[in-house]
Amino acid sequence: MAFAGRVALVLALSVALYGIVAALYGARRGRRDWVDSGRRSVYCLAAILTVAMVILEVAFIRNDFAYNTVANTSSTTTPLLYRAAAMWSSQEGSLLLWVWLLSIWASVATFITRNRLRDIVPYATSVLLGFGAFFAMLLVFFDSPFAQTHPAPTEGAGLDPLLRNPSMLIHPPMLYSGYTFFAIPFAFAVGALVVRRVDADWIRLTRRFALASWLFLGIGIVLGARWSYYELGWGGYWGWDPVENAALMPWLLSTAFLHSVMIQEKRGMLKIWNASLVLAASTLAIVGTFLVRSGVLNSIHAFGASTLGIPFVTLIAAMTAGSVYLVVSRRGVLRSEHSLDSMFSREAAFLLNNVVLVGLCFVIFWGTFFPLISEAVTGTSAAVGPPWFNRYTVPLALILVLLSGVGPVIAWRRATLANARRNFLAPIGAAAAMAIACYTVLPAHSSIGAVLLFCAAAFVVASVTQEFWRGWRARRATAGESAPVALLSMVRRNRRRYGGYIVHVGIAVLFIGVAASSTFQHEQTVSLQVGQSTHVGAYTMKYVKATGSVVTDPNHTGATMTLGALLRVTRGGHYVGTLRPSAGYYPASPIVPGQVVASLISGDAVDQIGLQSSWRRDLWAAIKPLGTTLPANGTQLPEESLVNRADASISPTWSATTQLYSAYLELRAIAAHYVASPPPASFTLIASPLVMWIWIGALIVLIGGLTAIWPAPQHCVTECERAISRAWHRSWAAPSAAGPRRR
Amino acid sequence: MTALIAALLIAALLLFVLWALSAPFRRDAVVGAPGDTDARRALESAKEAKYAEIRDNETDYRTGKLSDEDFRALDRQLRAEAVVILRAIDELAARTSASSV
Amino acid sequence: MTPPRKRQVRLVVSLTLAVVLAGGLMYTSFSAADPALTPSQLVRHARVGADVQLTGTVVKHSVRDLPGGAVDFALADRSGGGPTVEVAYSGSVPPTFRVGRELIVTGELKGRTFVAQPSSMVTKCPSKYSSAPSAT
Repeated sequence: MAFAGRVALVLALSVALYGIVAALYGARRGRRDWVDSGRRSVYCLAAILTVAMVILEVAFIRNDFAYNTVANTSSTTTPLLYRAAAMWSSQEGSLLLWVWLLSIWASVATFITRNRLRDIVPYATSVLLGFGAFFAMLLVFFDSPFAQTHPAPTEGAGLDPLLRNPSMLIHPPMLYSGYTFFAIPFAFAVGALVVRRVDADWIRLTRRFALASWLFLGIGIVLGARWSYYELGWGGYWGWDPVENAALMPWLLSTAFLHSVMIQEKRGMLKIWNASLVLAASTLAIVGTFLVRSGVLNSIHAFGASTLGIPFVTLIAAMTAGSVYLVVSRRGVLRSEHSLDSMFSREAAFLLNNVVLVGLCFVIFWGTFFPLISEAVTGTSAAVGPPWFNRYTVPLALILVLLSGVGPVIAWRRATLANARRNFLAPIGAAAAMAIACYTVLPAHSSIGAVLLFCAAAFVVASVTQEFWRGWRARRATAGESAPVALLSMVRRNRRRYGGYIVHVGIAVLFIGVAASSTFQHEQTVSLQVGQSTHVGAYTMKYVKATGSVVTDPNHTGATMTLGALLRVTRGGHYVGTLRPSAGYYPASPIVPGQVVASLISGDAVDQIGLQSSWRRDLWAAIKPLGTTLPANGTQLPEESLVNRADASISPTWSATTQLYSAYLELRAIAAHYVASPPPASFTLIASPLVMWIWIGALIVLIGGLTAIWPAPQHCVTECERAISRAWHRSWAAPSAAGPRRR
Repeated sequence: MTALIAALLIAALLLFVLWALSAPFRRDAVVGAPGDTDARRALESAKEAKYAEIRDNETDYRTGKLSDEDFRALDRQLRAEAVVILRAIDELAARTSASSV
Repeated sequence: MTPPRKRQVRLVVSLTLAVVLAGGLMYTSFSAADPALTPSQLVRHARVGADVQLTGTVVKHSVRDLPGGAVDFALADRSGGGPTVEVAYSGSVPPTFRVGRELIVTGELKGRTFVAQPSSMVTKCPSKYSSAPSAT
């Protein structure tokens, strides 16, 4: 069956290469049948890769350890859902997932454009197939997921416990969907530039795809932040790690594109910006894919030198050179139709928006690649840390939030003082009210940055509310609908606009959460005995008792032993909540004979965070019951002597099952001993305000994005059509009235 | 047993690919619909985009982002542009039906 | 000024501003950055008092838990052999910390010990994104 998989990959590569040639030949010779054959190659690629995916997933689910990738990342003790997800935890599996997702989205795009953009489609098809061929080539020649070892081992290494978390089930597929989706606007941008056609049709299509990739990538980024907060033991959600930055950069550029393409649509301006933004965002998406699996940068995801470095760098160089060439050689087509009337106008606001977002992207790019840059310039590799990133990104983010409140309400062409008064009075009032609140009621004035951000967020929420209110009022007046119906129909008829406004509110809420939780957080790492308490901010946390269980993993991740604590949290004497942090210990692979008990718990350990979230604050606790490392590593541990004694009591002459069974019994005794007389445990305790607002803000952004991307209802179009047709027939019948001149 | 399934799978895939992609070699495919459908689609897109602009313009005016004269001038201009597109669509339809007669 | 001229002037001004700001950013980053060194590099160019980002693998039998949540350990180069550096660390320790794992700590060399900044440890994600040794 693995042979079938390998054949499938070679077939995929051949089909992709054929499709490129067919589509290009058909385009040059004007032969529709060749172009169609090229388009069908995309569907074939998707079908073949689906077969390959199914073969691999079946191997994982059936625990077929003959496959190297199954043996390296899964085991019989890994729960089913995580076994299926283990497929993409390895390099070769994740590459297959990447190219499979690419083929699916490419098929969707090919289907949608089956009757449109006939001149652009052949080139777009060959670019998409080019990506497919590249990744298929990596899978065939560099790192095959179907490599096997015979005889097959009987047990696998197991999915790393750190990855046995629901967020990790969905974070890579979501992130990859975002990355791969970027290939589509890239392909259509290249096609449009090649045939020199960047009209309304192209804009509508590219914008939809760019919005989808923006949405997927955004969800992937937020899920990554959530995973970092809930699973890793440091209590933070963003560390400016290269892989986090790698996903953020294309997202920022596509945000800029989604806004500035509106200007191209309305006023025929910023065409060079838009073409460059689309091409750059997609190139950065490939850079992001590359960073995650290379050893180029010191990062939580960097794994030493990789054999894939050279192919990826070649692809990125080709994409960059090709993009620059296309934009420069087609700059005639990309000339602006109008120019800026005033620096105080919506057009200018959008331009500033572009500049700030590109600036943010540049700062992050510079900081991320600085180790390589400094090595090239000075000879030593140097790194910049979060303080450097924060110093430059925080002011830029503040300007961005402010702009997101200005944009919706500022006038087109030229904002006069009169309409500025009309549109900005309420939002500025809201910002001022927030400033006063920060200094009196809240109080939150210890950080001027936080205060400014709260005011900017209030500004945004007020301006968006004003927009909804005015639009709703106008709709009620003209259409005479009842209140709730008017609101719904207003949004439905103008999904992009109001969806976008909802996204702005979501971003403002998200940043409120970020500002509050970074500025006003209280954190402590402390060693506590049972019965001891400690203060974290205004809260008192008391270590009430120790907990322990063997085999029955309360977190359903297959941990052998879980040791934890019960913390009672009070504030001002009143009971606030209970936190149950714990650490799960997993088996090492393989089991070392003579050290069965130790092997069962000396695999990786995972922190299960004790968390209580409310809309006001999060209480976060992590525990290290056995100190920092585990018995098998020869360190001084309270339980180590017990583990060694337990191991000594198990005779190697017993059968394997008996040894395991006894080992579990011994572990049970050890856990019970831990609960009865626990040594001082090391706790990391955090009280952080408004963290939940970050996730709520992200959810609002998602709702706004979905609203914007949903297709407009059909009846709305025909209604407008009727109105305009009426006007047209009137002018057609009476050409002397204000009718159009014949061209 | 698995070897048999694998062999059948490979054969099925190969046949599927050959069938799907060999149309230009067999030369039995219709040499495409007239290019006018593409032009018609482009015009339809432009028309819908223009309608959306007219709607947007109205919303902008009602929510206070355009002065009265700016709105009226822009509205007239956009409607005129829409009429041009509608006329182009009609001309294209007339041309196509004439050529197919 | 005619509109095209105005546009040109605006373009030049904004580009100059962008270049100046970017230049400022790039210049200050060199002084704000900490050198990233491996233990053998740190031992060779021992710069006492300067902040350094140290990357290395945790050496076997070198981990000592201290009261109060601190931990001492030694780091060696990824390749294994070579000089090791003693690290004194306090603050939150990621759960993936263990002997043989690669990690990054930021701090400075004080005498013979590398004193790490609290909670500055970053361990590598244990997912196996490196190529299999025998790729078929």
